[in-house]
Amino acid sequence: MNEKKNPLFHIVKRKSMPLSKQMMVRLIAVAVAIAVCAIVTVITTGMNPLSVFAATFRGAFGSGRKIWITLQDTAILLLIALALTPAFKMKFWNIGGEGQVLMGGLASAACMIVLGDKIPDPVLNLLMIVSSVFLGALWGAIPALFKAKWKTNETLSTLMMNYIAIQIVAFFTIYWEVPKGSGKIGIINQSTNAGWLMQIGNKYLLPILISVIVTVGIYVYMKYTKHGYEIAVVGESERTARYAGIRPGKVIIRTMLLSGGLCGFVGMLLVGGIHHTITTTITGGQGFTAVMVSWLAQFNPFTMMGVSLLIIFLSHGASEISTSCGLNQSFGEIITGIILFFIIGCEFFIQYKVIFRKKETENTKEGPAGQKEETGQDSAEKPENEAGNAKEDSEEKPENETTQVDEEVKS
Amino acid sequence: MCCRLFERRMLREGEAPQKGTFWGPGRKRKKLRRESRDQEMSETAIEFKNISKQFGNVYANKNISLKLYKGEILALLGENGSGKTTLMNMLAGIYYPDEGSIAVDGKEVSIRSPKDALSLGIGMVHQHFKLVDVLTATENVILGLPGKLNIKEAETKIREICDRYGFVVDPNKKIYDMTVSEKQTVEIVKVLYRGVNILILDEPTAVLTPQEAERLFRVIWRMRNDGKAIIIITHKMHEVKEISDRVAILRKGEYIGEMATEDADIQELTNMMVGRAVSLNIERKTPVNPKPKIEVEHLTILDEEGVAKISDVSFTANSGEILGIAGISGCGQKELLECISGLVKPLNGHVYYVEEDESRTDLVNLNPLQIQQKGIALSFVPEDRLGMGLVGSMDIADNMMLRSFRYGATQQDIDRVNKSRFLENLKQKMQPFTDRKTPRNLAQTVVEDLNVVTPSINTPVSNLSGGNVQKVLVGREIASHPKVLMTAYAVRGLDINSSYQIYDLINKQKESGTAVIYVGEDLDVLLELSDRILVLCGGRVSGIIDGRGANKEEVGLMMTSMGGEQGK
Amino acid sequence: MIDLVAFIPRAIGQSVPLLFGCTGEIITEKSGNLNLGIPGVMYVGGICGVIGAFAYEQASKGNMIGILAIGIPMLCSLIGSLLMGLLYCFLTVSLRANQNVTGLAMTTFGVGFGNFFGGSLIKLSGSDLPTISLSKTSSFFSASLPFADKLGWFGKIFLSYGFLTYLAIIIAAAAGLIIKKTRTGLHLRAVGENPATADAAGIDVVRYKYISTCLGCMIAGLGGLYYVMDYASGIWSNDAFGDRGWLAIALVIFCIWKPGLGILASILFGGLYIVYLYIPAGMDHMEYKELYKMIPYVVTLIVLVITSMRNKKENQPPASLGLPYFRENR
Repeated sequence: MNEKKNPLFHIVKRKSMPLSKQMMVRLIAVAVAIAVCAIVTVITTGMNPLSVFAATFRGAFGSGRKIWITLQDTAILLLIALALTPAFKMKFWNIGGEGQVLMGGLASAACMIVLGDKIPDPVLNLLMIVSSVFLGALWGAIPALFKAKWKTNETLSTLMMNYIAIQIVAFFTIYWEVPKGSGKIGIINQSTNAGWLMQIGNKYLLPILISVIVTVGIYVYMKYTKHGYEIAVVGESERTARYAGIRPGKVIIRTMLLSGGLCGFVGMLLVGGIHHTITTTITGGQGFTAVMVSWLAQFNPFTMMGVSLLIIFLSHGASEISTSCGLNQSFGEIITGIILFFIIGCEFFIQYKVIFRKKETENTKEGPAGQKEETGQDSAEKPENEAGNAKEDSEEKPENETTQVDEEVKS
Repeated sequence: MCCRLFERRMLREGEAPQKGTFWGPGRKRKKLRRESRDQEMSETAIEFKNISKQFGNVYANKNISLKLYKGEILALLGENGSGKTTLMNMLAGIYYPDEGSIAVDGKEVSIRSPKDALSLGIGMVHQHFKLVDVLTATENVILGLPGKLNIKEAETKIREICDRYGFVVDPNKKIYDMTVSEKQTVEIVKVLYRGVNILILDEPTAVLTPQEAERLFRVIWRMRNDGKAIIIITHKMHEVKEISDRVAILRKGEYIGEMATEDADIQELTNMMVGRAVSLNIERKTPVNPKPKIEVEHLTILDEEGVAKISDVSFTANSGEILGIAGISGCGQKELLECISGLVKPLNGHVYYVEEDESRTDLVNLNPLQIQQKGIALSFVPEDRLGMGLVGSMDIADNMMLRSFRYGATQQDIDRVNKSRFLENLKQKMQPFTDRKTPRNLAQTVVEDLNVVTPSINTPVSNLSGGNVQKVLVGREIASHPKVLMTAYAVRGLDINSSYQIYDLINKQKESGTAVIYVGEDLDVLLELSDRILVLCGGRVSGIIDGRGANKEEVGLMMTSMGGEQGK
Repeated sequence: MIDLVAFIPRAIGQSVPLLFGCTGEIITEKSGNLNLGIPGVMYVGGICGVIGAFAYEQASKGNMIGILAIGIPMLCSLIGSLLMGLLYCFLTVSLRANQNVTGLAMTTFGVGFGNFFGGSLIKLSGSDLPTISLSKTSSFFSASLPFADKLGWFGKIFLSYGFLTYLAIIIAAAAGLIIKKTRTGLHLRAVGENPATADAAGIDVVRYKYISTCLGCMIAGLGGLYYVMDYASGIWSNDAFGDRGWLAIALVIFCIWKPGLGILASILFGGLYIVYLYIPAGMDHMEYKELYKMIPYVVTLIVLVITSMRNKKENQPPASLGLPYFRENR
């Protein structure tokens, strides 16, 4: 204990990192992640690496139709992520996007089934929008109300709201099932197309356009409006908010109305514009994926565009691979998971730097600050690669990696 | 190793308790202290050798060498951000030095965690207490020790320690039920329980009343006479004089020098600390044309549990005058100010704001927003700077917006609000966007005018040191040209130089005709600064006296017992 | 009227995965880690057990030895969930990543992992079986005490379960005792409440977080293993495990971070989970069954709200839950 031992390395928080460098770190992480995914794919399928990449591209961009579908799915994922963002900025962990989208979709489907062909299409469309936004907003506002009044943990309350929504949808799918006993609704108004959203250009373009508009809208809302500022203050400290004359409860509920409403709107797009039916799995888990998209993009709407595209690209690619090899479709989720782990992990190297101890501390003179910074950066890259290698062998190595870190703290 | 140290300590303590004849008058006590120090002076407890530590590109400590001897109390003095706490944290194993080495008992050691520090007999009582709220005192004390869990045995041992040094602590009390002073006692018991020989106290008196501080000092002397080495970090000069044997001074991360306390005088120490001559006088001009601005009538405020924090308080604050509020901490000052600013609703009573034309507005049922919308320029510097007054993770510019984001807001805007309030409020509501440019300019002005030390106005305020945080907050509150300015413990935790800058700012506000309500804890300053002093005791007014000619003993007495209703 | 003697064993059968998950998550949360990856971990625990059992059944060609038939799947399951736990710790403790996001990513990954191997195991292994049916292994897992049948209703309610059921209860009770009565438990609580304090007191925060989270994951993983091997009689079907992982996390709040209470709470939830089967709906209105399935979630939500209304200091989550810890953070 008393003899002099220096830790192998220690970790220091960075003051800041230039944006270009941040992007570099993230790009490296994504590149390493893709390489790891490729290796995993090669191992499980026995394909050669080149054909893995070819298949991935074929899956996402193989034909005109596939490109449109990729873009459309990206738009939907992006929209949900955007919807969740104001809530996250407020540190309100809304993981109820799934349920809010479903309820929105249910409202649209209900309008289409009950009122289809009975009222003119534009009126029906308007009614669909209003009702789905309303129901989505309601689904978001209930946990918000609990949070505002009693500080009920929103992560779990929104989660429960998801399952309640799923069961309500399950109830109605049987209630409206066509044909009787099939347990599903089928395409609504297939013959008349009543209530189907109009098409701009082709049937994929509408959600894409909407997502671009909403991206800009949310960016402006968060950055330049009073509401955006209030959300940021409430997220940091409710007491400060009160001090500044902001009522936190009001802001929480208002923001969740917006968040839920937008999710409900996405549900309407899914039902009225894309699937023309409703099932309990219509969201396909995107409510959860969107949480990660929003967070990985550091709540920046424009970065979210890129992140959603990346995730959709990979999952389409993975599904192409699994189809061509006769494997299970869940392969995509594994790939998404691996990519996410790397992007999550790489944030560390943006916020902290790892300084390795030189062998002879006495010999190191106080170098100029700039020089020190540089060595820090070099060393930051190195563990990045290590972390990369670590996860290749199906997470065998993190153990070694962590014991290293562990040792730093042990005496 | 830990065990051995403990045994050694127990032996030494076995003979120690009978020493304590130092309850006599101060002078005698001092003499005793000095004598016993000289006996053990020669033994080095700690030696820092060329210690450096960087945060980002800033040196928090640069090439510091310093010695601590057994059986002495060393006061470590320095402005905010001078690196005192950083240096001590390296001794306690919280940080690891970038360069240099530390020797304990003459042996070079590597302290890589608090555990290492403790096993070397080094314990630190942090400024922000490191206690687990939901655990009891005993559980906190034995936290981190090895062996089987035996609460009973631990309790007995804690009582023994308490008896030896004269503490009072209930081992079964949960931390969240404790007062600040009790929590501190638990912290000290915690390190003593581990048989610590070197004790670091980081601003221990910052949150204590004078009486509590006095009690703490007695304990510290007892420990010193037990042969322990003690480092105390403080800002309060009279404490340095009162308690320490030796003073070491840091400035901007560098070691400036040291001297025996006997040879030091406050002005000299201050100059060494700041690096230039500083004037320690507070100017107090006679109020010009004071007129009632805030009239509080029969105010009663309950806390969440329904206990009265303020009962039947009435007073008037005049423009162009500083009204000091004195009182033991926690006797209603916070509630009073929060009530005036609209954050807390009272049970009954009124708070009137008096306009220039002598019309009165009752603020009691208005929230801060409504007060602002009525065009009443009321500024409040709360006690909890980062938890209430500012948003820690936002930069200086964004924090400037906190009060004004609704206007988009320059001073002209606020003046306009006064002219046509209703229309302006409506216009404000209709305008969804904020103005980010004006606050940026304001931030720049505040940084320049008040000498805020910061890399840029885009730095999150939580990265600034305490004094600079306070300057940002006070700067913002003053920028709206308030008619009423309330400050709660405006200089708490600030070094001498920053404190005097703040006093200066407050005085300037007074001169420009603002009604200032100043809640303070340092009676010397209160008496020097205030035109009138309102003394609170247990939530009641025990008297309002003239600041000129008031004496400290009189106020001190009124703080603890209901004094006469003089000078009202 | 509900037949209690039939109902209670089914409810308990349902409750075991919840109890494993809940105990695991309590241990994890006590260290300040909010692991939303538990649903994924339980999938991984289940599928790893399946892989182990599948490999052993293939290799042994019918001559299975009890200890191996139980030991191999269990070991595989434990290793699988341990790796998930290490991954979570590496990301959130060592790399200080956001716990919510890491947890969700783990759930995505884990569920995908389970379904992928569940769906592709046969093709990957090149065997010619139609489905994965591990009824032989399952029979070892679900073997109850031989004299249970002879004891009538008593035997049916208390003794008719496989060993994992009793293990779940023992682990929960032991966890409760350790957290409350031992020094390790005290340290663990301190780490979750206030890591800076624990660190200053010389407790190795990183090690406590790692160990408790990994242990929590391994316990939760057993829940997945129980589900396939005992409850589902060795038949893996994709997504069948459903949302039990999430319910387990919700249960943690329900039983205010006390594993002992978790035993009762999970049995209650197990009952709520299947209560829809016992509510008569008539053949024409199957849709109402779907509404009844909502009951456990609605109850959870109501309980969440009620516990938050009561707001007692002792019943709050560990104070640093969900926050990363970095000693040098200023």
